[in-house]
Amino acid sequence: MSWDWEFTQEIFPEILAAFFKFTLLLTFASAAVAIVLGLMLALGRRSQVKAISWPSYSVVEFVRSTPIPVQLFLVYFGLPEAGVRLSALTSAVIVFGIHYAAYMSEVYRAGIEAIPKGQWEASTALSLSPTRTWQAVVLPQVVRRVLPSMGNQIIALFKETPFAIVIGVQEMVTVARQNGAQQFQYLEPFTIAGLIFLVASYPTSVLMRKLEIRLGHA
Amino acid sequence: MWQEIVDAAPLFLRGLGVTVMYTVLGAVAALVISFVFGLMAISPVTVIRGVSRTIVEFFRGTSLVVQLFWIFFALPFLGIRLEPLAAATVALGLNFGAYGSEVVRGAIVAVPKAQWEATVALSLNPVKRMRRVILPQAIPEMIPPFGNLLVQILKGSSLLFLLGITELTFEVQELRRDIGSLPAFAIALVIYFIVAQVFLGVMRLWERRAATKVGRGRITVEPAAAVVHAPGGGAGAGGPQ
Repeated sequence: MSWDWEFTQEIFPEILAAFFKFTLLLTFASAAVAIVLGLMLALGRRSQVKAISWPSYSVVEFVRSTPIPVQLFLVYFGLPEAGVRLSALTSAVIVFGIHYAAYMSEVYRAGIEAIPKGQWEASTALSLSPTRTWQAVVLPQVVRRVLPSMGNQIIALFKETPFAIVIGVQEMVTVARQNGAQQFQYLEPFTIAGLIFLVASYPTSVLMRKLEIRLGHA
Repeated sequence: MWQEIVDAAPLFLRGLGVTVMYTVLGAVAALVISFVFGLMAISPVTVIRGVSRTIVEFFRGTSLVVQLFWIFFALPFLGIRLEPLAAATVALGLNFGAYGSEVVRGAIVAVPKAQWEATVALSLNPVKRMRRVILPQAIPEMIPPFGNLLVQILKGSSLLFLLGITELTFEVQELRRDIGSLPAFAIALVIYFIVAQVFLGVMRLWERRAATKVGRGRITVEPAAAVVHAPGGGAGAGGPQ
């Protein structure tokens, strides 16, 4: 069986459209949730109050060690039984957002722990309030430090967006599979989908490696 | 509802068994591939390093779902037809093996240079050098990241129902009608969580054993002086002291 160029021409625009419409949307929307929620979880885990630190810790550990497909099923098929009905895309953004927030919180944690003790002591010496200390001293340095790892997490998230196929989100691989099923020709659609992933993710990860070296902690 | 859940227990367990089997198969394949490409990545021959780099970047750069579908649905069009079992093992092995090869490479490169020089001074051949000196020191460093990868493989195995494999996520979907979606998937998540903790626990035990073997056990916690003064203690027997 050889490669069918005519079929390729026919399906390529559709697969690429799904990539721009859903795969990227899902990636960026989930990343935004993960970046905000991840910081909250990281700060929550550092809290002196057990009622805050323990739940933050448990959420991170539980979410990280359970599979995304089952989490998608729970939100998309399970929550309606509790009266919460969400679209497939919203469910996916919530699940990917929370899942990667758990990973992001670890990234933030490493970044916070890497702040030299002197910075905290200087803030105390200048009698900055805790809020000012975080806003003006700690977080700006944390963000700089965690940028490359954050980028890598978003690339990982990007590559996991096809997991949303299990609840029928019209992302790239779902569309590729539908195209393949129509003609019973799977070689072209899945190869195209794979190449698009490679073309999008490889240069980004090279960029992250460069960024890592430039920020001086390879 | 509780009665239904109890009735469903055998199905959960059967699915769990299949999930664990595929996870272990995938992990073994990934381990082999990690070492093959990890060792190739430190080869002095540029071509071998290049081949390793290319394959690793290829499998890290495309998605697990795409690889799974490609191997199972697209490969038959090129004349290679794999059973679901083989397709799943190959896909999990290649994807996570690509990540694992970086772990292997990193841990080997992190062994202090003096250790390498010592093996040259003792004129150990390359195989002995790796087996007796470098790997025993590199392996304890590899185990924690391998533990994380094992959990990733466990999580990845939940996609295998897409190939019609009757693992836990597959069985749970069958159970939805009997016990409801919310309890069914919640129970499944708890089972996955427990399995992941068991895997991580085993890896921690293994790490401790591997670290003790090269004299890096829990000794670090105690003051070093106590170890030196202990009669017959320490690994320095035969030293000048």
